[in-house]
Amino acid sequence: MLPILLINVSVVLIPSLSSIYYSMTDWRGIGAAHFVGLDNFRRLFFDDPSFKHAFTNNVIWLMMFLTVPIAIALVAASLLAPIRRGALLFRMMLFIPYVLPSVITASLWRTLMDPDHGIMGKLNSLGVPGTEKALLGTKHTVLPAIAFIDNWHWWGFLMVLFLAAMQNIPPTLYEAAKLDGANRWQEFRDVTLPGIRPTLVFMILMTSIWSFLTFDYIWILTQGGPAGASEVLAVLVFKDAFQNFEAGYASAIGLTMSFFVGIIIMIFIMLRRRGWEI
Amino acid sequence: MSALMGRRRSKRARNLLPNYVILTLLLVFAIGPLVILAFNSVKSRAEIGRNPLGFPHAIQWSNYTRAWNVGNFSTTTVNSGILVVGTVICILLLGGMAAYSLAKLNPPGADGVMLYLLVSSSVPLYLFLVPLFFMWRSIGLVNNLFGLIPIYVAINAPLAIFLLRSFMLELPRDFEDAARVDGAGEWQVFARIVIPLTWPGFLTVGLVVALAVWNEFVLATVFLTDPSKFTVVTSYQNFVSSFTRDWGLTSAASVMMIAPILLIFLSLQRRFIDGLTQGGMKG
Repeated sequence: MLPILLINVSVVLIPSLSSIYYSMTDWRGIGAAHFVGLDNFRRLFFDDPSFKHAFTNNVIWLMMFLTVPIAIALVAASLLAPIRRGALLFRMMLFIPYVLPSVITASLWRTLMDPDHGIMGKLNSLGVPGTEKALLGTKHTVLPAIAFIDNWHWWGFLMVLFLAAMQNIPPTLYEAAKLDGANRWQEFRDVTLPGIRPTLVFMILMTSIWSFLTFDYIWILTQGGPAGASEVLAVLVFKDAFQNFEAGYASAIGLTMSFFVGIIIMIFIMLRRRGWEI
Repeated sequence: MSALMGRRRSKRARNLLPNYVILTLLLVFAIGPLVILAFNSVKSRAEIGRNPLGFPHAIQWSNYTRAWNVGNFSTTTVNSGILVVGTVICILLLGGMAAYSLAKLNPPGADGVMLYLLVSSSVPLYLFLVPLFFMWRSIGLVNNLFGLIPIYVAINAPLAIFLLRSFMLELPRDFEDAARVDGAGEWQVFARIVIPLTWPGFLTVGLVVALAVWNEFVLATVFLTDPSKFTVVTSYQNFVSSFTRDWGLTSAASVMMIAPILLIFLSLQRRFIDGLTQGGMKG
């Protein structure tokens, strides 16, 4: 037990704690770190417009991921749950995008979204409005476009989780609903949704956390561009630490992100204490 | 009355055709882009210009040999392989030992360790990434594959330990006790009894960790900046940005990268899906 704990402590615990200290210094990654108190946080909250902008993008990201993939996954899982023939094949095939590396998913969709070729090119040549511009190169479409790509690889995973939860719902409940003459929608609302509630709530929690930490698709596709339009908090950490050599400031942003994550976890714990069954 | 009965019956055996239709549309959405990728990987540059989405007319395999050479796959495959194998071995061995002692030996402080692992698995990477990088650099572990392995081990440890422990808890005590009565030490019990009887758990964890390491992007980008140390994933990222318009080439490189993943996934899909979804629920 001890060896792996030691590795974990030196990789996660020690740097995490030192990050708290460095967030209050002007450390540049090398050399000495001078204690500057809460200066980094003052700069972050009051003087740095990119922080506010990145935070807003994280919130937009959160809104998109709390709705679109969860809705698609719920629909797909509830359509797949009653199926016997071919169910395993559907489950497997719809799961495939989740196991691909993010760089492949990103470059594949970058070509498909290309305004000259690709699907967008096709739509453009057919005269569909809004397809003549590069979605990833235009300020107000870049974030939804990246979210779309991220979601393409993500919803199948959610669907499999929901499906597993739905298959644990006792079939007698569905039979009872059918005897009462419930239609598909009523069955979904009154049997399926309550039945998968723990899984659903847990994934809402995880989605909220991950939305504040999202990084890879944005970095791979745009590095936060064009002109910072798709910057999120993790992109700021990356740029400040490894491009601007402001390790102290980057630590402050990392700590702030962790603080948001902590708040989300606290909200869920509080709701649970209040008697919500989650 | 009979009409009512008829309606009842049709309701009972609900028509599943709409389900199949919608699911098939979703399937096209999920798999269609991959089919286009495979088509494009054997098209010439000129053909992609004319026909970027359709079936290839003239098959050109040379994209693959070119991509293998230009993308430096002979080096990056070895690098990724070292990372995957090294991480998986360490995780299974060290994580397996930890899981065994947590599940069966009741060491002092076991609850504290479980709590610590739970907390450390929810600490965001961005809290410790920056100091970790500069710490690793100061002791010469940056641009070193063996510097990255302990990081992967640490990050995957909580999940691996939880999963392995849950497999071991299901193992009846009698087996181990029988071996102990026969004079086997804890090591022998672990190696001869526990591992053989819980190997599905080890296989599941191994697959999940191997996939995570093979696909990992952020840490590999930060800790390996020397092209000779690039993994398949980070080298692909570089390669794509220098050959943006050469879709035949980049598609061929993509297909080479995902082929091994898909082969293993399709042959062991149930274990994969179970491991990944349990990981998602616990991690």
